[in-house]
Amino acid sequence: MRVEQRRSTSKPDEGLLERVLLAKVNGFVAELCKTRKTINLMEVCGTHTMAISGFGIRRAVDPRLRLLSGPGCPVCVTAQGEIDAAIDIARAEIGYSHGFPRRRAVAVPPVVVTFGDMMRVPGTQTSLEQEKAKGADVRVVYSALDALRLAEDTPDRQFVFLGVGFETTAPTVAATVLAAQESGVRNFSVLPMFKTIPPALDAIASSDRVNVDGFILPGHVATIIGTRPYELLRDKYHLPSCVVGFEALDVLQGILMLLKQMQTGPQVEIQYKRSVRPEGNEKAREVMDTVFRPCNATWRGIGAIAGSGLEFRREFAEFDARKRFRIAKRRTPNAERRTACRCGDVMLGVIVPPECKLFAKTCTPESPVGPCMVSTEGACAAYFKYDRN
Amino acid sequence: MCLAVPLRLVSVNGTDAVGEVGGIQREVSIMMTPDVKVGDYVIVHAGFAIQVLDQKEAEENLELLRQIGEAAEQKQEAVRSRRRPDSGHDPD
Repeated sequence: MRVEQRRSTSKPDEGLLERVLLAKVNGFVAELCKTRKTINLMEVCGTHTMAISGFGIRRAVDPRLRLLSGPGCPVCVTAQGEIDAAIDIARAEIGYSHGFPRRRAVAVPPVVVTFGDMMRVPGTQTSLEQEKAKGADVRVVYSALDALRLAEDTPDRQFVFLGVGFETTAPTVAATVLAAQESGVRNFSVLPMFKTIPPALDAIASSDRVNVDGFILPGHVATIIGTRPYELLRDKYHLPSCVVGFEALDVLQGILMLLKQMQTGPQVEIQYKRSVRPEGNEKAREVMDTVFRPCNATWRGIGAIAGSGLEFRREFAEFDARKRFRIAKRRTPNAERRTACRCGDVMLGVIVPPECKLFAKTCTPESPVGPCMVSTEGACAAYFKYDRN
Repeated sequence: MCLAVPLRLVSVNGTDAVGEVGGIQREVSIMMTPDVKVGDYVIVHAGFAIQVLDQKEAEENLELLRQIGEAAEQKQEAVRSRRRPDSGHDPD
């Protein structure tokens, strides 16, 4: 038994339930594999990537069940051009739009405030961490609200928060923008780089290159958006899907539910019922929709996906760092440095990380080439830490 | 990045609250879960409660899993007794 007890919910019979569920999963896999070679289930959440590797589930299941990591790490899918835009701001290589104090702002470069995950991700030339080492003012916070507080405490400097994340995070940033508006804070803005999950799943499911038999859906994204946006997986692609939690028992139970669906027919199920309601969190969506609206977005390693990003609504344009600092257009689209890195194929489930020839050779967590190795929640970092043979 | 943790609310003041886990307290905005009260468990992401934890659902699921575990234990026990015809005597 290799399912490790990182965090257990199953006291007092510790480990027993995991073993029983694992045996059931492997029983289903053997049954299903009488008529097929492999079963490919894809998760699209960095926390699932880490849970599946960290609990040892990837190594414990029948190898014919392949647990693939899709584009579920927002840091990994942030386009290099977007990182470059953040670096331009930190370096003050920017213009200023009307209505903002030109002279003072040029003299004092803005402070870039971000979640820690973004620090080491390379743009086309450099990373925020490297720029900080050279003297740029880049600060790490836990919450967008912390960034707003920093701005309130230092009114004579501009603070730019990097709006990275999926539907779980976007409402928290939208709520912060509303708070900034309410308190009349003029030196706070957001560089939006958000991505949304359902359009990406649509793109993956429709791709000829990708062979996925079912989706382990991200529990906290669904906490916000509910299950309706995922119904296209069942209705358009006849694919099983299940919203799954993050403990070992959750993941094993979720996999079991998906394997059962493969026998009985696709549905959109919820395993993670303690957090996810079918309707999601309407209040959070209302906050997000008040401030942002859907736009096209470029996913690093994957490309453009229509309607998979979020941009400011016109009423909130004053908080858009892209407009406030006139970020050059060249920074928006697909500036990408070509390497032999295959993070794009990893995120589509076309290959698993050890199949990339850079993996654990020139690309390691200490010296990462691609974003899936940089982020602690990236598929390559998870394989490097837990699933390297 | 979408990591979220359950905290128990120890105080609520408008849209601001304080949540606690393992003796550590942290400010939590509850503007997206307006109906919460002190004592509720909320799922917190990046400083915001994004949902109230449904304790009934959590307990029901655990109970379901326990039943699966017990059924498997009984099955194993039955297999063991079949292997040992003198099941009253334990050779170990």
